[in-house]
Amino acid sequence: MKLIIAIIKPFKLEEVKEALSSIGIEGMTVTEVKGFGRQKGHTEIYRGSEYTVDFLPKVKIEIVVTDELVSKTVDAIVKAAKTGKIGDGKVFVVALEEAVRIRTDERGDAAV
Amino acid sequence: MKLWINPLPRVLKMTAILALLAISLPVFAQEAAPVADAVVAAAPATAPAIDPSAFSALRIGLDTVWVLVAGMLVFWMNAGFALVESGLCRSKNCVNILAKNFVVFALASTAFYVVGWDIMFGDGSAWFGRLAFFVQGADNSPALGHDYMSMNPFSTTEYSGVYSAINWTPVPLWAKFFFQLVFAGTAATIVSGAVAERIKFTSFIWFALILVAVIYPISGHWIWGGGILGSNNFRDFAGSTVVHSVGGWAALAGIIVLGPRLGKYKDGKVCPIPGHNMTSAALGVLILWLGWFGFNPGSTMAAMDGSAISYVLVNTNMGAVFGTIGATITAWVLLKKPDLSMILNGCLAGLVAITAPCAFVSIPSGCAIGFIAGVIAVLAVVVFDKLKLDDPVGALAVHLANGLFGTLALGLFYDNDVATSVAALPTGLSRAAQTLVQLKGMGLVALWVFPISLVVWYALKAMGGIRVKAEEEIEGLDIGEHGNEAYPDFTGAHK
Repeated sequence: MKLIIAIIKPFKLEEVKEALSSIGIEGMTVTEVKGFGRQKGHTEIYRGSEYTVDFLPKVKIEIVVTDELVSKTVDAIVKAAKTGKIGDGKVFVVALEEAVRIRTDERGDAAV
Repeated sequence: MKLWINPLPRVLKMTAILALLAISLPVFAQEAAPVADAVVAAAPATAPAIDPSAFSALRIGLDTVWVLVAGMLVFWMNAGFALVESGLCRSKNCVNILAKNFVVFALASTAFYVVGWDIMFGDGSAWFGRLAFFVQGADNSPALGHDYMSMNPFSTTEYSGVYSAINWTPVPLWAKFFFQLVFAGTAATIVSGAVAERIKFTSFIWFALILVAVIYPISGHWIWGGGILGSNNFRDFAGSTVVHSVGGWAALAGIIVLGPRLGKYKDGKVCPIPGHNMTSAALGVLILWLGWFGFNPGSTMAAMDGSAISYVLVNTNMGAVFGTIGATITAWVLLKKPDLSMILNGCLAGLVAITAPCAFVSIPSGCAIGFIAGVIAVLAVVVFDKLKLDDPVGALAVHLANGLFGTLALGLFYDNDVATSVAALPTGLSRAAQTLVQLKGMGLVALWVFPISLVVWYALKAMGGIRVKAEEEIEGLDIGEHGNEAYPDFTGAHK
């Protein structure tokens, strides 16, 4: 089991979700987040004074998949979320110890 | 400051129309009900019987409805101020700002009812009305003052009472009182936005009470209550000075005594603190714009034949329109982008600036005044920030800077023909002379309101402080002052 964390541009969420659905991913958790990488922030003006906005809005997707699905999932996300411009985001893959489906108390791959 | 004067020809015209109507009435009656023939026949071609008291009541009724509806529009400006101010501040202080805007009208009403009205409009000296309470003075309104009797050809009542400064309008006393009350409330609301996000709730309550009970009615008496300025050719149709610059001076004093919000100025640089809801701010300005159609046209305090209120309404609208345009262009050129908060301030600036001159200048002049006001608003926001006078909503740029400019503009663009036909208060002075009179009046009001406001703020500060603790300011005044949050998360409200 692996936890896949993807940080993407917010407007790409719909495409990524569809790409994941088409390869059989049945669930995901999505959060609105803010952050920056090499893209850095941008400046805004309010009432005549400039200020820097370092943290830009992004969407974080968390998905847990069985080991055999990992590379397929990552490929789907990268393909759907890519614009080629700076700020497209990142995908992280993390080893996962346990998963539990609360309703049935199933454990491990069965709970994913 | 608004005289109910009707040129004689208009009166004659109206009498003629009414006479024609009276004559033609039997014709309609005949067509509708032939059985009335006998009655009609009994009314020969002699002069038609007009019951003057019935026409007088009708006319007073129409004037009163206009004054009350206009007053209700001005009352609704409280909603506009609440939305503008809360929108331009942070969400952690939203409840506090709304609470201040809500109670301020209750406080202003109380103060103006208890003592403010009598100080402002009671017969007294050139400097002070009468020290009396609860609007108890003798008054036989609806009636017209001796000098204005000819203006209502049907009126049978001549004014006698102690509020003779406002006997030029034919409406009942409580209509006069309500209309003036909502103006007093506006002056107090101006202060609320300027001192937002750091003032103690109790300090604001005390200041608002004192402002409306004493400070506002005294300078108001000088201008609208038969005092020193109004009787010396100073003109302010609907309150650029009486309401807006008075509120502005009081706000400036508050800002100086309070100091800026934490984190606004760091190492000599301005660190902007963006507002949390521009939707609310924009809606608030639209409500204020609508409210101003009561504020200025209502200041005729009579509907008359409709020409004066129509003129004033269009001039008011042009002030807002060109204030918006002026601020948009200025922000775009000077600050690179047409900042919405500046556009909103520019619209209000145009409205504030046209408030004094709307019945004294031509419509093109009104457009010019609005445009200049919009430019001034943007520049003033930047300048006040450079001076480290932290004004979260731009109240100084809008109400003080443009209250002053509007009062001055009345002189700079003065048109004696408009002053005669619309305001019915011509001074006959040249533009230069009128401008000088306006300047003197602005100076006198400033010399009264600004120092006395400083004294009151410092006194409140000495009696327990006017500023919340730093920890409370960081956490937000909503929880510290009120124990509420505007947008609670993870609570039962979301189950």
